Formats: sequence, C-alpha cells, structure tokens
Amino acid sequence: MWKVAEKSYRLTARSLVSLSRSSLRNKSATVSAIEYEKKETTVPKAEANGSVESKSFVMNLFRGGLVPDQVLPYPKVITQEQAEFIQAMLDPMEKFMVEVNDAAKNDEIAKVEDHTMEGLKEMGAFGLQVPIELNGLGLSNTQYARLVEIVGRHDLGVGIALGAHQSIGFKGILLEGSKEQKTKYLPSLATGENIAAFCLTEPASGSDAASIQTKAVKSSCGNYYMLNGSKIWISNGGIAEIFTVFAKTPVTQPDGTTKEKISAFIVERAFGGVSSGPPENKMGIKASNTAEVYFEDVKVPVENLLGKEGEGFKIAMHILNNGRFGMAAALSGNMKAMIEKAADHAMNRVQFGSKIHTYGAIQEKFAKMSMLQYVTESMAFIVCANMDAGYKDFQLEAAISKVFASEAAWQVTDECIQILGGMGYMKDCGAERVLRDLRIFRIFEGTNDILRLFVALTGMQYTGKFLQPVSNAMKSPLTNIPTLASFFKTYASKRIGSKLGWDLGPSMSEHIHPDVSSSAKLASKAIMQFGLAAEDIAIKYGKKFIDMQFLQNRLANSAIDIFAMVAVISRASTSLNNNEENAKLETTLCNVWCNDAAKRVQENLTSLSDKTSLQDFKAMADLSNMVIEKQGVVQNHPLGF
Amino acid sequence: MARVLVGVKRVVDYAVKIRVKPDKSGVVTDGVKHSMNPFDEIAVEEAIRLKEKKFASEVVAVTCGPTQNQETLRTALAMGADRGIHVEIPAADYPKVGPLHVSKILAKLAQKEEAGLIIVGKQAIDDDCNQTAQMTASFLDWPQGTFASELKLEGDKLTVVREIDGGLETIELKMPAVVSADLRLNEPRYATLPNIMKAKKKKVDKLSPSDLGVEIATNIEVLEVSDPPVRDAGMKVENTEELISKLKEAGLV
Repeated sequence: MWKVAEKSYRLTARSLVSLSRSSLRNKSATVSAIEYEKKETTVPKAEANGSVESKSFVMNLFRGGLVPDQVLPYPKVITQEQAEFIQAMLDPMEKFMVEVNDAAKNDEIAKVEDHTMEGLKEMGAFGLQVPIELNGLGLSNTQYARLVEIVGRHDLGVGIALGAHQSIGFKGILLEGSKEQKTKYLPSLATGENIAAFCLTEPASGSDAASIQTKAVKSSCGNYYMLNGSKIWISNGGIAEIFTVFAKTPVTQPDGTTKEKISAFIVERAFGGVSSGPPENKMGIKASNTAEVYFEDVKVPVENLLGKEGEGFKIAMHILNNGRFGMAAALSGNMKAMIEKAADHAMNRVQFGSKIHTYGAIQEKFAKMSMLQYVTESMAFIVCANMDAGYKDFQLEAAISKVFASEAAWQVTDECIQILGGMGYMKDCGAERVLRDLRIFRIFEGTNDILRLFVALTGMQYTGKFLQPVSNAMKSPLTNIPTLASFFKTYASKRIGSKLGWDLGPSMSEHIHPDVSSSAKLASKAIMQFGLAAEDIAIKYGKKFIDMQFLQNRLANSAIDIFAMVAVISRASTSLNNNEENAKLETTLCNVWCNDAAKRVQENLTSLSDKTSLQDFKAMADLSNMVIEKQGVVQNHPLGF
Repeated sequence: MARVLVGVKRVVDYAVKIRVKPDKSGVVTDGVKHSMNPFDEIAVEEAIRLKEKKFASEVVAVTCGPTQNQETLRTALAMGADRGIHVEIPAADYPKVGPLHVSKILAKLAQKEEAGLIIVGKQAIDDDCNQTAQMTASFLDWPQGTFASELKLEGDKLTVVREIDGGLETIELKMPAVVSADLRLNEPRYATLPNIMKAKKKKVDKLSPSDLGVEIATNIEVLEVSDPPVRDAGMKVENTEELISKLKEAGLV
C-alpha cells in the first residue's frame, strides 16, 4: 500500500494525487475554491498497466481507456411494469401542465398560482421518488427523468419549485436519513403538505461550499445542537417547513484535538428561531420562491443530525450528484418545446417568396438545435440508467450532463428566438421567459465553471493514481528498472503510433452499428489522444495542474465532447439495431455531431501543449489582472477622449 | 342505489394528425398515440360524481377491443371507476366491431351485472357513429336520454337535460336507463399519479364476446377510406355584380 498525501477539493471531496510523494500542503489562496482539507489516506497499489477500479466511462477516459460498461450498448434500466406505469402518467401530467398550469401567469405573479400548487400536490408531483409506503410514487431515476421532461417542457419555474423540494430539499433524508427520520418526515413531504429546501449557500460561501460559517454547537446536555447562521438564495426558502441545513460543528479528532467540520441537519421551521426574508426579485424562474433563511439559536435535536457528524460535505455532494440527471432530463424536454415552437414558425413564415425553412441559414439552426437536444437526451438517460443499475461512480457523467444540458438549452432557446425574429422577442411568444428561466441553470447547483474544474481534476486524480508506481519508481530508478522500462516502452510506442496515424485507440466496433462506424473511429482516436494528453499533463505538471484552470477548462471541454460523442454513437447504434423508426435520421444526428465534436476535441487537446496557446493563456491572465487593476477596460478611446 | 356501467373506447388521440393507410383500408393506427374517447371521459366523470354524491353504488368501466384497451380501462380506474371489464377482441377481428356489437355486449353486461344505469359518450371521435347508446337502450328496452348536458337522479327518476338542435330539452326517465354524454355535461378530472398507482390494484375481469353470447360478424364492408378532398382556395369579390359573374363563370347559377 502506498501512503499518499491526498487533498480533497471542496467540490470533489477528493483530489488529484500528486505525482511526487510530497504532500500538497501550503497551496496558494487561488486554489482555495477547490481545496477542501488535507488528509492522509491510503490508495491501493495501482498497476502500471492501468487496471481500472472505476466503471465510469469519463473517469477511464483520463487513462485513455474505453470502459464500455456504463455506455455501450445504450443502457436502459426499466422493467416492463415500470415502463407501463410511467407511460400511464405521461398524459395526465402533460394535460395538467397544458390545461391547468399557466407558465406566463406564474412568471407574472412571481409564484406558482395557488390552484396549480394544490393541483400539483394532488397530482403526486411532490413525492415522485419517495417510497410508496411513505406516500410517494416510488419512481426510479429513469421514471423520474421521463416525467420531469414534461415539466421542463412547459414551465421551468415549476420545475425548480418541484426540484428544489425533492431533488435537493429532502433528497438528503431519502438518501442518508435513518429509518426514523424517513418515517417522520417523508410522508408529509411526499404529499406536498410540507415543502422542503436545501440550505448550503451563504453570503460569503458560493462555489466554495466548504467555507460556510453557519455553526451548530452541541449543547452541554448533549440533547441538541444550537444552530446559528444565515443562508441566501434558498429555493423554496420562504415557503419551506423542512430544511436540510449544512453547518460547521466542532468534531473531536482521533488525536484529541477539535476541528470544525461540516455536518448536515434536518431543521423544522417549527423548532423556532427559523425565519426567512422576502422573495427575491429574480431574472427568471420567478415562479419558484427564493429567499434568505436565518437560523437564530435554533435548537436542533441530536436525532435530527443527518448521517454522522463531519459528513456534511460528503452528503451535500451526494445529494447534488444525485440530482443533476433531473436537470438534464427537464432541459431535454424544454429543448423539444423550443424546437417545435421554431418549427411551427419556420413552416409558415414566408419571406422573399419562400417559406423561411427552405433557407440554409435557418436549416443549419434546426440541425444544430436537434443535435443539441439529441445529445442532452442521450446523456440524461445514460446517467439515470446507470444510477438505477446501482453504479455509484457516475458523478463525472452527471456533472457533464448538467453542464452540457444547461448550455445546449440556452443555445436552443436563443436560436428559437432568432428564427422567430421580432416575434420571438415579444413577451406573448413565451420564448423570452424561457431564456430568462434558463440562465440560472448554468449557475446553480454547481456553476458550470466549477463543474468543469471538477471533471478535469477528478479525472486527473485518476490519471495520477495510475501513474503513481512510475513516479515512485523514479525515486530510485536503479532498483525499479522493469517498471520504468515497461512504462517508457508503452509511453513511447503510443506516441509514435499516434503520430504515424496507426493504433487509433481502443476499438468500439463490437458494440456499434456499421452506419456510425466513422463516428466511432473518431471517438476512439479522441479517447486515445485524450489519454495521452492527460498522461503528459500528469508527468509535466504533476500537482501544479491544480492551479492551471485554463488547461483544466480545455481538458474538461474535451471530456464533455467525447462523452457526448460516445453517448450518441451508442444511442444511434441501439436505434439502428432495433430498426427503430427514423433510426437513419439518428445516424445523421450522430455522425454530423461527431465530425464537429472531433474537431473541437483536437483543437482543445492541442491547446494543452501548443506553445502559442500556452502563451495566450498567460497573456489572458495578464489582461484580466489589468482589467481588475484598472477596474474597467484597459485601452484608451479611439477618439482619444 | 344503482350500479353504473360506463363504456370507454380506445381511439386515436384527438391531437394526432390522421393518416390514411396506403391501401385505403383504413387509417394508420400502428405507433400512433391513442387515448380514451373524450366523450367517454365525460361519461366516466359523470358516473364517478354520481357515486361521490351517493346516488350510485359502484362504477364499472367496460371496454371492448384488443389488449391495448387495458390502458384505456386503467385510465378510467385511475379517474375513479371501481373496477373494469375488458371484453377482449383480437386485433384482427377489431375492425369488424361496430356499435351493434358493442351495444349487444353492453346490454348483456348490464343484465349480468344488474346495472341500473349505463352511461356512454354520445359518439366516438374516430367513427363518429353516435349509435351505441340508442341501440343499447333498444336491446334492453330501457328508456334513453341522449346528448345529456345535465343529469339529476332522484330515487328511480332520472332527469336529463338534452342538447337538441333548437336548444335544451328536459326529459324524465324511469330507471334503469341509458344515457349518452354530450360535451357540456361536465369537465372530466385528471387522473392523478397516486390514483394511477392505486388503479393498478383494481380488479379487471376479462371476457370474450362469446362468453356473453355475442358473435362478432359484420354485414358492413368497408370499400375505401380516403382523405377528405382538399379544399380549393377561395377568392374575394368586390361586389354582388362580380359575385354573380364569377358564379356564372363557374356554371353554378
């Protein structure tokens, strides 16, 4: 067993394992956002040949490997009975969202209309994944995803109100709660009698979640915790009765010293001392209540501790990881609606004597919108299938699906408005509301920027683990000749092979349909090159990579593109193999997407080592510093005044 | 208190754009979204309301058709019907089934189940026959209240407000009776997700037409199903003179 100094990030709770055996102590303040705490941990001896512990596709991408388990063939984890059950729910949900819910009205009055709220409760929409015996519907992740697609299609504000309640609000109780906690709280939450909220963010603690200041101190009698602090931008904060609250507690270490660690609590408004501010006036998702929540000397009984003391950060990440697939599903439904809106217009609008859909400028938009939706949908249902299959290591795929979906949906709505022209800009059209609603998806539940770093760093940690024996061997090369020799032999041959154009990476051919084989070849090549790039970074920068966000960003973008490629290759292959209607069109969606994505991967990976790019990153950092120093633009006006 | 029998038909969803099969033998139904005939939803809703107001003892939903009709029955059960009867007709035989067969089946079931009231939609949105209620009443020799827009049940006296060409007509029927639901009778409720779940546990009996002594044979032969003719574009005329001349040109006057 190798003793490795490991530092967990605030967002990953894990960290890149340094190639050197030196610990990662005394990091500069710039990386504090992704650092969490230092801990000594033991890592199983990794084999130099790269034996894999994780079945995650994206994780293994960082070792240049193709692990098909979670992605090929396209996973579908739903029984016939589950499928029939959820199918029976689609129509009533759709009808409700069309006939009862009024998204424009909710937006206007900045709350979900009362009768709609009541209807949603009766509908069972507040307890979709709560077990049946606790008043819920007991939906699997796949079933949940299919249903929230409909909500996302019609009203993202309502989607957030429902999601803040069950996807994060009480998800902690569902995932980590004791039997007593579940029985006590879930029944009234599932019916919507009580609304839940997730309280992590604080005025000085956003992306850097581990820096929260809210404190919970155990009473001397040991019966309760005294909770003090304030939380901001809490969805459902003003209407919730039950809160999942994260606070720092003093935890006694094995060596007898005390350290502040985050713990999670179930807090009732009824405990007293809980108050909330007025609803925030937001850009979008106005229907969803957002408010500050204050805790002043709140006595939280010890039995309301969620999980163990000090496990709060892990629980928070577990909850968020488990909720991200829902966003991707809701947004894939949303994109469908926007594509339909645009198609309806393009089909009827005549300009210059022809319907506008006959013009290439418009056609390109529809093709791209369809591809973005196809990728998002493919990702969403891969993630939920893997969750239902019982995999635990889906956090990178979940993060990617959230990043991709939120950016894709933004582009799709933006282009929908562009196709509709002036009409799209008018409030009555409904698209401007969607654009406003969508903006938050790139910000909340882990900003896309942080999630990109999370993907790059978690992945590189995996690369690092794999290279650990080599770096250790380097310490005393003379006694470790075989390890080093075999490593450098593969290292050299992979790179030479790659340069010569043969050995184009791991083959997927056994899993895929011939019609998408060209895409599969591109993906294989991309996987191979990605692996080489990750290895090079690990060797070249080691722990220094933690500070290199320009590179992390580009590495993450490559990972996102490659996961997207494999998702659609897998999906299109399955459709082709099943002779599904329009499978040929799926082939087109897949192949065009992959051709484009492969180019981007190439460009991003090149920029990781290309001299000009590296200079540019440095130059951009300097530019940014100047803007900050001058508190504005750096140049003078062209007119000189 | 009466036991109410409600007929529910599975039809191509109202929002689907209907396509004629290339061989013109009918319309495309494979892979097309189906749902409960909207007028039957109104019938189910009315039956449930009668039960909620304690005028009815039990609501039994009946459907005639292939296996997929189960879904339609489940919808009725999720809305609040107490149990279901699926008279299963193989998909191959289903095109032969018309109002005559369905009304025979409903009549037999009414006797078997000792129903006091049958409510059906006034017509189905696929074939628009508007015959089942009338024929069923005839087979049972029960009074009928068709195109109902209001229903009131007192003891064995049923008051039905009917939508007729000239306005509304109010009639009184002596139970047992047959009623067909018109559009304005009520606004059907949504099946909520918890009720859809509970509906899975409700009892559904399966019968074949022959169990009820009904033979599926038809004297009607469909020669051809075709799209309605496409309407030619019209034109605007300035005045009556121009109108007359255009009509003359077209040889219409």
